Amino acid sequence: MLLSQYPTTGERLRAAALWFWCILVLVFLVVPIFVPVPLSFNSGSFFTFPLAGLSTRWYEVVLGTPRWRAAIGNSLLIGFGATVLATILGTLTAIGLSDPKFPARRLVVPLLISPLIVPVVVTAVGTYLFYARIGLANTYAGIILAHTVLASPFVVVTVGASLTGFDRNLMRATSILGAKPHIGFFRVMLPLILPGVLSGAAFAFVTSFDEVVVVQFLANADQRTLPLEMFTGLREQLSPAITAAATLMMALSILLLIVANLLARRSRRDASVLVE
Amino acid sequence: MTSVAMPAFSVRGRDRSESLRPLALAAPLLLLLVFSFGAPIVALLSRAVYEPTIANALPRTAEALRADGGAGVPAEPVFVALAADLKQAQAAGAVFELAKNLNTRLPGARSQVLRAARLASQNQAASKEAMIKAAPLLGEQQSWAAIRSGVHPFTSFFLLNAFDLKWTNDGTIGAVPSGQAVFLRVFGRTFLVATIVTLATLALGFPLAYLITRLRPAMAALVLVLVLLPFWTSILVRTAAWTVLLQKYGLLNDLLLWLGLTSDRLELMYSRTGLIIAMTHIQLPFTLLPIYSVMRSVPPSLMRAAQSLGARPFTAFWRVYLPQVIPGVLAGCLLTFILCLGYYITPVLIGGASDQLISNFIANYVNAELNWEMAAALSFVLLASTLGLYVAMTRYLGLDLFKMG
Repeated sequence: MLLSQYPTTGERLRAAALWFWCILVLVFLVVPIFVPVPLSFNSGSFFTFPLAGLSTRWYEVVLGTPRWRAAIGNSLLIGFGATVLATILGTLTAIGLSDPKFPARRLVVPLLISPLIVPVVVTAVGTYLFYARIGLANTYAGIILAHTVLASPFVVVTVGASLTGFDRNLMRATSILGAKPHIGFFRVMLPLILPGVLSGAAFAFVTSFDEVVVVQFLANADQRTLPLEMFTGLREQLSPAITAAATLMMALSILLLIVANLLARRSRRDASVLVE
Repeated sequence: MTSVAMPAFSVRGRDRSESLRPLALAAPLLLLLVFSFGAPIVALLSRAVYEPTIANALPRTAEALRADGGAGVPAEPVFVALAADLKQAQAAGAVFELAKNLNTRLPGARSQVLRAARLASQNQAASKEAMIKAAPLLGEQQSWAAIRSGVHPFTSFFLLNAFDLKWTNDGTIGAVPSGQAVFLRVFGRTFLVATIVTLATLALGFPLAYLITRLRPAMAALVLVLVLLPFWTSILVRTAAWTVLLQKYGLLNDLLLWLGLTSDRLELMYSRTGLIIAMTHIQLPFTLLPIYSVMRSVPPSLMRAAQSLGARPFTAFWRVYLPQVIPGVLAGCLLTFILCLGYYITPVLIGGASDQLISNFIANYVNAELNWEMAAALSFVLLASTLGLYVAMTRYLGLDLFKMG
């Protein structure tokens, strides 16, 4: 479709140049993120190709040593807590926002999205200062709350998108038929927007699981997460164990977000089918 | 009259109670945001202008200074009051906090304040002469300018300092000595890096976004996944990948040597070039996706129409296509620029000492120097720049951040 039906030489040249440039850009985009993968299976301890040999020794380090295992456990615990909180609060908020009568929308929506815009160092330093005053610094609860703040915009947006196709008459129908609001929610609305909610939850989990700046300020030595362990490792001495950890984190993020996107797409399609 | 107005009034009343129900659903998250996001930021920013440490520690000195009234080094009673304040601060254990605080305004004051307080608590420094002997800085005009500004709990010192400015002895605002002027350079560097990265992502992203709109749907979906894969990988993981790539014996240097582009291995780690390469890679999808979403809505027939009416390809592109995609270009570039201003992880891991951006200075003031006031003042400037650009973006471009995931 790039060329017209009877392309001139100039047109062919321009199309070829565009393709050439774009292939270089795609190589630049994609190759770097996969570089740690082969290195993580390297049996030597250097970061150079060709590999000395294949081995899983660095995965044994990451999955076997107490330090890394504790970090993975902390990441899962904090990620789980933040996901549950952000999903519940974000879904409720998205349902509220989907009501055309929602007041002061112009004020509320930018506020809900602002955690994505405010530089994360400012959020982290402010949270550390404030939490230290009220005794929440160096607690799991504090880190989970801070991550909930960072993750909630993703839930509001994904659930909001799946609600755009939701027919509000269905909720009116349930109440006319005598169902209490919570019955209508759990039996009619939630099943229909569930893919959107699950997709928001996946985004929330990935946000928390990847986050390192807030954790760096709020966590004590026992609360170190996988990204924080990686970050300090990268700052101090570069060990191939980091490439194994990076590969694991990347695999988990990409897997979850592919699932999230398939779910989000399905929820939009379901919703639009229902409207028709 | 009343018979018309009454029903309208009651309808409006019912509307209000109905509009409260959706707000109640959003209330828990809004409350959490106020508690765990709004309050922390306010608490931090207030540190930039409200600093009561000196005022709390030196109440008598403040009183005596008001009575003294003059500028420059004050008379005997102020020194007597200062000795009494220091004695009490020493007894209450507040003197270290005071000395540290004065030191941020008056470099070198820390040890002298501690010595003067020790002597004062032994009643050996109750006169002007003895105090100046214990702490020679107290004989200088600029020290008293610092103390005079410090005894007011509200201060503009740190905000001015963030712009390399200060109150001079004669009460006007002037530049700080060039040896202490660092922040304008750091802001300039942050904006420079953000500009270069934004332009680089545009140069790389614009043609690719255009290509995707011209591909068959299956092919376009495949290329889009290739763009989204790095987008979904965390900044930390991508930065880690670049620390591996940019090593002196890393892949990028291997490639450059093999292509014959360089004759020696380049020092890319801890350099500005390495930082810009990595940031461009991380930001590329953020610039590309808004451009792509606008380009998708431009019908290709317009370009064909322009060309069939005799426009050369370049003219058709410049006069017909570009004006229609400019909103997407501006949105993508502004988004990347805003996000670049707040970069922290990548400069720490890939940048050298002279490539640290404003966020790194904020973190460093908190972690290493425990100077919350300076961190707060720099946060204020960073936040104001970011939010100003964000408001411009939403107001004038109507960009919806979330039509691109």
